[in-house]
Amino acid sequence: MKQKKHMDYLWYGLVLLVAIPFIFPLAWIVLASFKTQAQIVTTPPLWVFTPTLENYQSVFVDQQFGKFLWNSSVIAVGSTLLSLIIGLPAAYTISRYKQKVLGVFILLARLMPGIAYLIPWFILFTKLGMVDTYTALIASHMLVGLPFIVWIMVNYFDGLPHELVEAAQVDGCTLQSAFLKIVLPLSVPGILTASTLSFLFSWNNFMFSLVLSSDRTKTLPIAIYNFVSYAEVSWGSVMAAAVVIILPAIVLTMAFQRYVIKGLTAGAVKG
Amino acid sequence: MERFIERNIKWLFPLPAAVFIVSMMAFPVAYTIWVSLTDWSMTSSSAVQFVGLKNYIALFNDPRFFNAVKLTLYFTGLAVSVETVLGVGIALILNREFKGKNFVKGILLLPMVATPVAIGLAWTLFYEPTIGLGNYALQLLGLPASKWLASNTSVIPALAIVDIWEWTPMVALIVLAGLAALPHDPYEAAMVDGANTWQVFRYITLPLLSPTILVAVVLRGIDAFKTFDIIYTMTAGGPGFASETLNIYAYNLGFGYFKFGAASSALVALLALVLGGSLLVLWMRRTWEQ
Repeated sequence: MKQKKHMDYLWYGLVLLVAIPFIFPLAWIVLASFKTQAQIVTTPPLWVFTPTLENYQSVFVDQQFGKFLWNSSVIAVGSTLLSLIIGLPAAYTISRYKQKVLGVFILLARLMPGIAYLIPWFILFTKLGMVDTYTALIASHMLVGLPFIVWIMVNYFDGLPHELVEAAQVDGCTLQSAFLKIVLPLSVPGILTASTLSFLFSWNNFMFSLVLSSDRTKTLPIAIYNFVSYAEVSWGSVMAAAVVIILPAIVLTMAFQRYVIKGLTAGAVKG
Repeated sequence: MERFIERNIKWLFPLPAAVFIVSMMAFPVAYTIWVSLTDWSMTSSSAVQFVGLKNYIALFNDPRFFNAVKLTLYFTGLAVSVETVLGVGIALILNREFKGKNFVKGILLLPMVATPVAIGLAWTLFYEPTIGLGNYALQLLGLPASKWLASNTSVIPALAIVDIWEWTPMVALIVLAGLAALPHDPYEAAMVDGANTWQVFRYITLPLLSPTILVAVVLRGIDAFKTFDIIYTMTAGGPGFASETLNIYAYNLGFGYFKFGAASSALVALLALVLGGSLLVLWMRRTWEQ
């Protein structure tokens, strides 16, 4: 019995050993965001110090991160909502009528390297005068969100019993209202999974915004990237900006942990 | 109206999504193929001319292209193999019920959802040769300092470490879900036969788990092959071209030099590799399952 208890401690130690490397860099970012430049460049690294809010002040006041927070939010929410509006009906008929060709197209869109669209998008959006508009950014981010939403939801709809819809149809309900009133309410967990991930993909997106956004629609990842193009990098401000960007993603993940895990590992175990 | 929608729901429902995918994906890809056959360049004012396969011939004569292919495979192979071994190991450790399991899983999620650009910049600070934590840790371990991102030989491993930190949890979580779905019978039989832990792992768990592991490897492989954010923010392909993977190479041609024709031919090559690789994997999986 005592032997077993020792093994348990050993095993908990092992779990700690697994968890620490993943949390440590993030904890260090938070710590560094409260340090002055002088405290950051000291070696050996400082563990105890008087925290300063200087970096956050520089991020929000001098760098106007409030504006970029707003831009990122508008684009992430907009692209997720629009992807849901056009993706959910598509996923439903793909699942119900086994629309293989469409399904393959969606899968292709998931596999494609996003960089393949950059040049045509840049040329076309420039010609249309749409570079640096919310429309262009939302449309580009939707190309990540939409295929993901459709892909998750096709799997989800596949698992729903069709009898419910058929029963409603017998009662004189049209298919589209059965979709709205029966299928969608039953699909809330799937929709939460799909939209949380779609939001995160857009929030974290760098490549599309790098080419399509400019002063007016600059998103957070571009704003923080611009920090290091200065000759002298103010590491404290970079870390504070990193906290501002990462924190919403982490809060969202914690709130919807179960759904995020499902989304990230989706389809992997079934096959 | 209601009747009309219901009768045509088969194509009305997917129509907006299909139109969107065609105009934002299929059309741009076709356009890229067309641009790859021209001498389109933002820096020249002369009219765009059709040049046939000239860009492709130049591409296949460009040492930078082959360097990029090699580096992409090196980065992907290194990152994914370490992620697989560590991920399976972590999943085996966590594969039992304990207090705080969800909390540990939550911690594992964080590297995956944290914004890659911000993560890239933080690791740039860790890798700073004089003030970074990386060399401080090496010093504590009594190891010689590394140049990390600043040397031709260590830059790809240094970048791969960041990818490993970000994505090992994904392999772990996939394998963990796979472990939960394993049947109990073979284990009971092995207990009866008196098999030890290693034998159980080697002859029961691993074979039963290998389809799941393969899926994790494929998913990670495709993503690692396309890595852009981390590499672009940390090195932009440098020092020299020592970390210029295919993605970065194509981006530099397109938006560094604004040679759209040449960049498009590199993109078509990249597409062919990604799609060819994916099809090969699908095909292998099908023959393997039979």
